[in-house]
This record gives sequence, C-alpha cells and structure tokens, in this order.
Amino acid sequence: MRLLRAGRWITGIALVLLAGVYVRALAYTPVERAQGLAQKIFYLHVPAAIWAEGAMILVGVASIVYLFLKDPRLDRFAHASAEVGTVFAVLMLTTGPIWGKPIWGTWWTWDARLTLALFLFLLYVGYLLLRGAVADPASRARFAAVLGICGMILVPFVHLSVYMFRTLHPMPIVLKPSEPSLPGSMLTTWLMSVGVFTLLYVGFVIQRYALSYLNEQLEAAGGIP
Amino acid sequence: MRLPDSVRHAWAIAAKDLLVEFRSRTGILSAGVFVVLVLMVFNFGRDPTAVSNIVLAPSILWVTFTFAAILALNRAFQLELENQALDGLLLAPIERGSIYLGKLVANLLFVASVEVLGVPLVALFFNVEVWAHIGTLAGIIVLATIGFVSIGTLFSAMTVRTRFAELLLPVVLLPFMILPLMWATLATTSVFADRPLNEIAGWLKMLAGYDIVFVVVSLLLFPATVNE
Repeated sequence: MRLLRAGRWITGIALVLLAGVYVRALAYTPVERAQGLAQKIFYLHVPAAIWAEGAMILVGVASIVYLFLKDPRLDRFAHASAEVGTVFAVLMLTTGPIWGKPIWGTWWTWDARLTLALFLFLLYVGYLLLRGAVADPASRARFAAVLGICGMILVPFVHLSVYMFRTLHPMPIVLKPSEPSLPGSMLTTWLMSVGVFTLLYVGFVIQRYALSYLNEQLEAAGGIP
Repeated sequence: MRLPDSVRHAWAIAAKDLLVEFRSRTGILSAGVFVVLVLMVFNFGRDPTAVSNIVLAPSILWVTFTFAAILALNRAFQLELENQALDGLLLAPIERGSIYLGKLVANLLFVASVEVLGVPLVALFFNVEVWAHIGTLAGIIVLATIGFVSIGTLFSAMTVRTRFAELLLPVVLLPFMILPLMWATLATTSVFADRPLNEIAGWLKMLAGYDIVFVVVSLLLFPATVNE
C-alpha cells in the first residue's frame, strides 16, 4: 500500500536526520557551561515534549471535526495521533529523569511539571484503553472523540497551572514571550531537532493510519483468521 | 412564573434519581461507611510525630472525596442500565442537555452529602480546626466538586457501556480530576494554616475557570455519548 510505504520512507529519513542532528549536537554545538554534556538531552527532550502536547491538541481538533462530519478518516487519524503522542510522552518521561539524575541528583521529583507530564501520558493511556474497551466501531469513535476533545482542553490548563507553582523544572527558554535566551548555534541545533521530530511525527502517524485502514479492510473482508 | 422546560426536565430527572436513592438508601449508606473506612485506613499510614495533622489533613480529605466521588459517578448511569431505562430516557421528549444537567445535579447532591459527612469526620479524627474556616472551606469544596463531577458525569455516561466499566471510569477520569484536586488541596492547606484569603484567590479563580469550561464542554459533548 502506497500510504504505508510513504510513511516508512518519511520515518526512515527522519531517523537518519535525527542521527545527523545528534552528530551536530555532540560535535558542533558548544557544551553548556553549568550542565556540561547532560544538557545535550535538551535537543531530544524538548521537541518530544512539544509533540507530546501537540499530538493531544491534534487529537482534539480531529475529534471536534469528527463529531460534525462523522468521517472515519478523522477518527483513524485521531487514533494514530494519540498512539504517536504516547510514544513521544514516553520519550519525554524517559529523557527527563536521565537528565534529572546528574543535574538534580534524583530521577524523579513530584514537581508540578513532572507530575503533569505524567498525567498527560496517563491521559493518552486512558484514551487508548477506552478505545480498546468499546466493541462497536461507531460508538468507539464517538466516545474517543469526546475524550479527545476534553483532553485537548485539559492541555492549556496544565500549561497555565505550571506557571502558578514554584517549580524545579527549567522555565521555557525558547517558546516564551520574550526573545529566546539561547545562543545562536544551540538554537539552530534545537530548531533542526524540532523539524526532525515533526517529520518523525508525520511519518509515524501516516504508518499508523495506514495500518488502521488495512486492519479495517481486513475486518470488513471477513476478519482476522 | 414558569421555569424554562429544560430546567424543569433536568430537575425531574434529578428528582427521580434522588428519589430512587432515597427509597433504597444503599448508595448513600455504602458511600458514608466507605468514607469512614478510608479515613480509618489513613490513620494507620501516618506518623503524627513526623508530619503534623494540619499538613496531612487536606490531602486525606481530598483523597477520600476522590474515592467517594468515583463510587458515586459509577452509580449514576448504572441505574439506567437495568431494564433499558436509558433507552426510555432518551426516547422521552426532552433535550439531551436536560438529561445531562439532571444527572449532574443528582450526582452533585449525592457527592455533597458524602462530603458533609466527611468534613466533620476529618476534623474529629485528625484534630484540625474546621469550624473557624467553614465558609471558605465550603467554597473550595463546592468549586472543586462541580469541576470533577461535571466531567465525571460525562465520562460515566460513556464508560458504563464499555467492558470493565468500574475500572475504566477512574482510569479515564483521574487525569482530569488531578488539577482541581491539586488546587483544592493547596487552597485547603492554606486555609487550615490560617493564611490570609488573598493567598488562595488564584486557586479559586482556576477552580472557577475549570468549572465553567468543563460544565459547558460536557453539556455540548453529552449528546455524542448517548446518541446512536
């Protein structure tokens, strides 16, 4: 199937580019003075976090449109985006502690940001579990859409509330109202990494979407033997 | 003066649920006993010499309310599954929004009655001064309860018709409950510690914002959970 092949190609290219970004990050980007090499994980952690939240928002947008149009393609996309979001949330939650151990001296702390990141992950898990628990495809799509919309609405609340707590987590240094406070070469590497992650997201979602489609075709043709 | 139809219908549904509850009293009695038992269990897990009661009591209060609310919410649509009562409800010539509002009001009153029992028990068991701050505490409880019961009522309409309904509701609902609970716990801590009111104004505003957003969203989304 063409879509699946396209998704594989995009993912493959993105993985090669990701390796390229890391060569740049390790060899051609200056080492941060206070944190040393541990800071390099920032090029992985922040883009993953951006797409972990971004995927939830796209799930919500697709879900709203789904409730109006009842187009199964939108439901398939929402499902794909939620699964890929889960992967990025796991990436965010594993790279965070790896950085936290040398810098904070602990793998995990019940800091507001960390707690809410964990809840974003659990939100995805709940969404996928709900999908798994409904047998009828039409109700599954509607229920998932309702939960997806609520999840999208929760994201800004999580974001706002982070600013209300005194937190250990570094504050945003790029995506903030004032100018990015990151040296130029680091910013370039970071922006390249965000681009690569966007490509990864697209590649993963296309593959997952194509797999759901094939699965539905198989079920329509008589089910899985 | 005649109330708008949607309000009368919502009240009729709430009154029906509350009447069913009042006739049998199993739900409210089990929830009450449950609250007492949870509070007793907490007593075994604390060391009063290490953490003072004033610090511990708000978390205990809110964890207990969380469990009690989940019990209540699971019950809300379970009632309608017997004899296909839900189909009857949906066939009735009333707006979907009224059904949601009626369920919401019944759930709120159910959870509120559990909370009315819970607050004095926490004051008694954990020796915190509640009466001096009862107004503020009631405000926090009302705002937080509306927040998580509104979204919980919406979700229980979905989960009740899935496999493992009792387990799925908390899994889906808790990520949404966590924010209002966090704000409410922080506000309660500050109230118990005799801090000035303006310190909790931020939390109260967030709670109110959460309530408004999620009541409206649930009202809009509810038809999608019941329409075939």
